[in-house]
Amino acid sequence: MADITIHEPEAAQVEAASHDDHGHDDHVTSTGLSNNKMAMWLFLGSECLLFGGLISTYMLYRGRQGSGPGPAQVFDIPLTSVSSFILLMSSLTMVLAVNAAKRLDDKNTRLWLMATALLGALFVGGQVYEFTAFYQEGLGFTTSLFSSSFFTLTGFHGVHVALGVIMLIALAAIIGRGRISGDKAEVVEMVGLYWHFVDVVWVVIFTLVYLIPA
Amino acid sequence: MAIIERPSLAPVVVGDSVANPPALVTPTAALGVFKRPVSTTGWKSWVFTVDHKKIGIMYGAVAMFFFIVGGVEALLIRLQLAAPDNTVLSADLYNQMFTMHATTMVFLFVMPMAAAFANYFLPLQIGARDVAFPRINAAGFWLFLFGGLFLNSAWFLGGAADGGWFMYSPNSSPLFSPSHGIDFWVLGLQITGIASLIGAINLIVTILNMRAPGMSLMRMPVFTWMQLVVQFLLLFAMPVITVALFLLNFQRIFGAAFFDVDKGADPLLWQHLFWIFGHPEVYIIILPSFGIISEVLPTFARKPLFGYKFVVFSGAAIGFIGWGVWAHHMFASGLGPVSVAVFSAATMLVAIPTGVKICNWTLTLWGGKLWFTTAMNFAIGVIVLFTIGGLSGVTHASAPADTQQTDTYHIVAHFHYVIVGGAVMGLFSGFYYWWPKVFGKMLSERLGKWNFWLMFFGVNLTFAPMHILGMQGMPRRMVVWPSKLTGEGFFNLDFWNKVSTLGSFTIALGVLLFVINIFVTTKKGAKAPLDPWDARTLEWMTASPPKEHNFDTIPTVHALDEFFHRKYEEVDTDAGPRLVKVKTGEEVLAIEEAAADAQIHLPSPSYWPIVLALAFPVIAYGVIFNVMLSVVGAGILVIALFGWVLEPSVADDSDYDPPAEGSGPTKELASIG
Amino acid sequence: MSALTEHVEDHGHAQASGDVTANDGHHAPTDRYFIKVALVLALLTALETSTYWIHIGGFATPLLLILMAIKFFMIVLIFMHLKFDNKVLSVLFYMGLGLALLVYIVFLSTFQFFAR
Repeated sequence: MADITIHEPEAAQVEAASHDDHGHDDHVTSTGLSNNKMAMWLFLGSECLLFGGLISTYMLYRGRQGSGPGPAQVFDIPLTSVSSFILLMSSLTMVLAVNAAKRLDDKNTRLWLMATALLGALFVGGQVYEFTAFYQEGLGFTTSLFSSSFFTLTGFHGVHVALGVIMLIALAAIIGRGRISGDKAEVVEMVGLYWHFVDVVWVVIFTLVYLIPA
Repeated sequence: MAIIERPSLAPVVVGDSVANPPALVTPTAALGVFKRPVSTTGWKSWVFTVDHKKIGIMYGAVAMFFFIVGGVEALLIRLQLAAPDNTVLSADLYNQMFTMHATTMVFLFVMPMAAAFANYFLPLQIGARDVAFPRINAAGFWLFLFGGLFLNSAWFLGGAADGGWFMYSPNSSPLFSPSHGIDFWVLGLQITGIASLIGAINLIVTILNMRAPGMSLMRMPVFTWMQLVVQFLLLFAMPVITVALFLLNFQRIFGAAFFDVDKGADPLLWQHLFWIFGHPEVYIIILPSFGIISEVLPTFARKPLFGYKFVVFSGAAIGFIGWGVWAHHMFASGLGPVSVAVFSAATMLVAIPTGVKICNWTLTLWGGKLWFTTAMNFAIGVIVLFTIGGLSGVTHASAPADTQQTDTYHIVAHFHYVIVGGAVMGLFSGFYYWWPKVFGKMLSERLGKWNFWLMFFGVNLTFAPMHILGMQGMPRRMVVWPSKLTGEGFFNLDFWNKVSTLGSFTIALGVLLFVINIFVTTKKGAKAPLDPWDARTLEWMTASPPKEHNFDTIPTVHALDEFFHRKYEEVDTDAGPRLVKVKTGEEVLAIEEAAADAQIHLPSPSYWPIVLALAFPVIAYGVIFNVMLSVVGAGILVIALFGWVLEPSVADDSDYDPPAEGSGPTKELASIG
Repeated sequence: MSALTEHVEDHGHAQASGDVTANDGHHAPTDRYFIKVALVLALLTALETSTYWIHIGGFATPLLLILMAIKFFMIVLIFMHLKFDNKVLSVLFYMGLGLALLVYIVFLSTFQFFAR
């Protein structure tokens, strides 16, 4: 089937559907919200159910360490506090990246994106170090219900962070090569939403898993 | 917005005149190695399509195939149970059979068939040209197909899953189920689960964001509303089963302790996680059919739906309350009296909104000029059969009664009445109703009537006796029922099991007639007019089948049942105000076509959805057999993701919307997804 | 549905004076504002962590939960911009969050988790 390229008349719109933000007309949507942004928030809503399930499983099983080590024996709160702080700061660098993108400042966008990726990578590194240390202290994945639940919950979170780091680096590279046309700020914002959510899940995990006394 | 870039050979008909000769547009140079797929005919135009209508048809065809597979599994079960101590199936094979029958029917037939209808009709019903994310839509279909094939490949690779579709632990552990069947089940459902989740995001954004001007939420067709509720249910329920499946997977493959009673695990963990998903799942199963009959009944009663607002809000209420009832599947599991009482009360509560719907449907029929087409017969059949199933369901809501009924055939009777009598009959109503629109041909009404009555009687013959069988103590999920428990007199197990088996073959005959109907119609069926049923909603205000871009111009909506109100006007007569038909469907469409848009933007086909989908079964086979395969699969996934994201924006998919302001082709949208 | 236009684009260089303009609907959180928020979050984290060394007995759990909730909503509302965005997004997200809380608290209750 062919496409016709006739110049078109403007169509009347009865309902005042607002334009998307960022100045130029993107497409017009019924709610005025961008499709991408709505999609990301829906996804994050569903992620609440995912992490909720993993957290609940952990909370159910955290006292069941059998003859293996328990939380009090292996957790290194000072170390974990440092990596929590690092992840928290990465949320700051992320919003700075989004702000830079909104100012159409490619250079600083990429700078802050890479800073976020670096902090995220540090966090993942800290997790890897922590897991290795636990393993050496006798807490393996299959050791006990506590260990299986702990590693599954924090492992899922860590994978989410790692994927986020890859996305951040890829985004910085793609922007650098000018391969995104149009609404760059929205793409950065979407990646930012994912990143903040991953941070917010850690806020919950840090408290429920590490800080609250068993 | 991208202009389609395809070499064109024939002019597309826009309106009834072509103002300019069609332009030949060639693909722009791309970064990648391969050219964009541009075929508009042949198998390539299906494999790389992002058109929601083609995707909907593919969903439907594959779902139909799995319906037959699940049906054969059911017939084998019924043959085994037709006589006491029967030997048609070994115990091991029987366990696989009932597991796969349920899994196939729920996940590979009913859900994808509802997705087929949603994919095809949601954009048409809201006056849009496609869904919000067409490539994600395509990926969802391929994930479903590959996931379903992967799951069923277990039959040939050591045996299928055998723990029941509910897969209770510790039965699901390697100790009790050493074959790979359950691993195939777990991974296969994870793959199809991704399809459901991304499909849900896609359709919610589509419904919320891409309605035609003037179509407020309370002017949407009920089918669209029910699908909106369903997509929210999917969005929030899929992650829960995802967690459960991961836990089971880690247990079986890596030896994690989650369901290891020796290590202190609680078997109820699985049951809770499964049913927190599982109960919303049954509303996911039934609500699309509720939506379908909410369209069919008004059309063939020649009356608007009674109590539109109530039908809509009760659908939302079912969706919400349905989250609070899951443990009624666990009344006999030792939850304790407080939990049991709470869930029992909540379960009784959830029956109320459904009752509201039954009332509204019945009142829609009351006083109408009833036209008994096959679609209408199926729709009325849903009301009757779902009510019967709902009544037995209410008895199950009472925990003391359920304690006797649980794990017996009384439960099997209940859910088959609501699923087969409710959901499946609703889908068949949809087939007969919408077939002319999708394929441009009318299904034979004569064959349709036989189809309907065989299925209607078949459902009753098969499942009514199961109430008796259950009350007489016949347990579920048992390969044989022993002859010494047959009993005597009217309620003996032998007679009613045989009746039930006969009924199952009656259903099969009805389905066979449907398949024959399709073949006969395809060969020499009557060509369908665009509005054969004098229908009410926007999807009928298109050609049969609709043009690729659906609407020549996006309609402006002024009322609920917009299409109806364009055909009918209230006219003052001597006998008072009367609704008079002032235009035919064809005339209404011609008016729209005359105002056709000049520039119509459609997304281009793409390789990446099917490539991305292919990565997942490869990863899954690797998890079971060889980790190197998973590495290869992960590599394919990474390549597919990057290819997708970097796909040239000029030929990229764009969101469908009302016509763009005359901004020309230079505005581009960064699209991810 | 009314759309709240998100915020005015900061074109180019200078940062808007102050942090957030008073009237909601059109505003631009500046870099400085975000840094302030981040500092508050860091402070709260320090407070949380201090419970590892400073034992306050039974008050620890409620305090930690409250701090966790404050941090959670600060990030969601401010960093993720939910406070300033179209209300539809809030509805969609809180549906998921609310459902998760409801379902999983009931789930844990059936195991007598909160009876201890």
